[in-house]
Amino acid sequence: MNSIVMRENINTMIEHSDFAPENSIISAKNVDVFYGEKQALFNMNLDVVENSVTALIGPSGCGKSTLLRCFNRMNDVIPICHVEGSITLGGQDIHASNVDVVSLRQKVGMVFQKPNPFPKSIYDNIAYGPRIHGMTTSKAELDEVVEKSLKRAGLWDEVKDRLDKLGTGLSGGQQQRLCIARAIAVQPKVILMDEPCSALDPIATATVEELIDELRERFTIIIVTHSMQQAARVSMHTAFFHLGNLVEYGATSDIFTAPKDERTQNYITGRIG
Amino acid sequence: MTDHIDIIRVEGSTRHRAQKRFQLYGLLAVSLSLAFLFIMVGSIVLRGSSAFRQSFVQVEIELPADAIDPDDVRGTRFGKFLKQALRNKFPQATTQKDKKQLYKLVSATAEYSIREQVEDNPQLIGTHAKIWVRTSSDVDIYLKGYVDTDLDESKRRLSDQQLEWLALLQQENKIESRINTKFFTGGDSREPEQVGVLGAVIGSALSLLVCFLLSFPLGVLTAVYLEEFAPKNKFNRIIEVNINNLAAVPSIVFGLLGLAIFLNFFGLPRSTPLVGGMVLALMTLPTIIIASRASLRAVPPSIREAAMGIGASKVQTTFHHVVPLAMPGMLTGSIIGMAQALGETAPLLMIGMVAFIVDVPQGITDATTALPVQIFLWADSPERGFLEKTSAAIMVLLAFLIVMNLVAIILRRRLEQRW
Ligand SMILES: Nc1ncnc2c1ncn2[C@@H]1O[C@H](COP(=O)(O)OP(=O)(O)O)[C@@H](O)[C@H]1O
Ligand SMILES: [Mg+2]
Repeated sequence: MNSIVMRENINTMIEHSDFAPENSIISAKNVDVFYGEKQALFNMNLDVVENSVTALIGPSGCGKSTLLRCFNRMNDVIPICHVEGSITLGGQDIHASNVDVVSLRQKVGMVFQKPNPFPKSIYDNIAYGPRIHGMTTSKAELDEVVEKSLKRAGLWDEVKDRLDKLGTGLSGGQQQRLCIARAIAVQPKVILMDEPCSALDPIATATVEELIDELRERFTIIIVTHSMQQAARVSMHTAFFHLGNLVEYGATSDIFTAPKDERTQNYITGRIG
Repeated sequence: MTDHIDIIRVEGSTRHRAQKRFQLYGLLAVSLSLAFLFIMVGSIVLRGSSAFRQSFVQVEIELPADAIDPDDVRGTRFGKFLKQALRNKFPQATTQKDKKQLYKLVSATAEYSIREQVEDNPQLIGTHAKIWVRTSSDVDIYLKGYVDTDLDESKRRLSDQQLEWLALLQQENKIESRINTKFFTGGDSREPEQVGVLGAVIGSALSLLVCFLLSFPLGVLTAVYLEEFAPKNKFNRIIEVNINNLAAVPSIVFGLLGLAIFLNFFGLPRSTPLVGGMVLALMTLPTIIIASRASLRAVPPSIREAAMGIGASKVQTTFHHVVPLAMPGMLTGSIIGMAQALGETAPLLMIGMVAFIVDVPQGITDATTALPVQIFLWADSPERGFLEKTSAAIMVLLAFLIVMNLVAIILRRRLEQRW
């Protein structure tokens, strides 16, 4: 990487990311992320709008996952990873010393690239979160949470007769919706999705996209995606990243129809990728 | 029209030959090791299987009512009745030397066996009873066909006279070969015809139990800490390297350590499964730690992320998800470690488990021996009768090992979950 180019990026970035929404739930200010000596994100400023879908796009290795993992402090578990700057959730600094990471991750759920249900029953997959957070007091209440979460994830009808079967025995698309149901079950405010459809076939992808569309009424969703079409279909806002910089951020329609930055334009037309 | 596309396999091409050659080498190596295994097990079975049978001889014995107190059978010496019975059977044995040879046909422990039978059956007192007793080991070995009778009399353990008597007894059907149950139900003995492996088997089992109870929780917790919680700093690197080194320390060193610390410093009882198990635990611990860490590492990171992603703490993630998934591997690793410990002799010698102990142990603080030590003791005995017992004990040890490995396989099958 050429550091002179990077300086330039930072300058252009400030020029283009002037999108500052009013009702933001997550807000990143001057965030730098390092893996050991290597810097992965540069002076990131990003406000995420509440109850909407925000897509993060950009070429591989540009730091989308890294940013996403900052929001629920999943980077804490990588010993060499080091985050600077401030990130707030509903106005609270998530790095403050009195913040409980466990509560943070309850409020900011995550769905991963590869479906990763626990090798336990479908029921236990959903019930695990509410159980460890002590969110229910009776079995009946827990049953209700499980049912509601599975219904919201559009999986209830498919699995209601086999709740005691292994979650890992479902098809890929069903597994991913199970993971979404598992995230919903702990009543998060924000759901982070890191390329949730990249391991799914087109039909399963369509189902998950529909689901995302329904979920945005209750949750704020931040989705990393490799697919431009997907970003255009599901998101209201799109942020384009390049080499660890936020290049352009704004309404999805603007980004896709009238990109301000040349790199964005090149990317969405498929010239860099 | 496309050109001819050549996809026909060319026999004898270099690549093809290399593959064939490699397969041949592999096959050769496998059959060679199988052959060795077969020879080893075969020779042990050939030598040992006769130990599971024992010759018995019937004696017609006078049990005078006036000489035996029915309430004190235990205190009665039956030796003189037995000797009388033998002399009655073969009155021609009159000289001191002949009598001695005559008495040597039956086991030196025969009088105790008679006592036991009378204890069980008090109505025998005052009768002319027909009682079966063990032959001496020399007779047993001869009857099993291990003695070359063409050899000069002076080079044999049995004289011509004794062989004549035996022939007579055989003619009268007073000699029988029976299944040697004593071998599976008794403890050690000075007399080869009288020995049993139960004492050693129980001793080994108790030692392994102590070993498992100590080393499994300790090993698993150490592995979990090192793998999941310990910061990756220099100090922990040193601990790691040392654990790996510990696995390579010769077992006798652990025996010396046990002698110095457990026996001499803490004053724990010598020759017991308690101390044996502790010493074996020292040895097995590194193996368990290494195996457990490997199976923890094999748990996909996606499971950890999944749990943490919904707000499970590190401890919850580890003990609710990672450890249960790693458990089959940890258990198999531990059982393999313990199978190794089962065969260990040297460290047990150091802590006195080599003592001659007749009784079958009742608990972990009873003095006992262990199977490999028992094998060593018998192999070290000069009597011809111990030869087959040694091989038979090896068979028992192998069976013990096979059972342990089967348990490992079954546990693994049962517990294993797919993700
Ligand atoms: N665990 C890690 N250790 C070291 N470097 C990492 C790690 N994770 C990501 N990186 C580096 O950070 C940069 C951004 O990675 P990532 O956020 O995964 O990109 P994206 O999700 O956009 O493809 C890449 O250069 C990658 O090599
Ligand atoms: Mg990524």
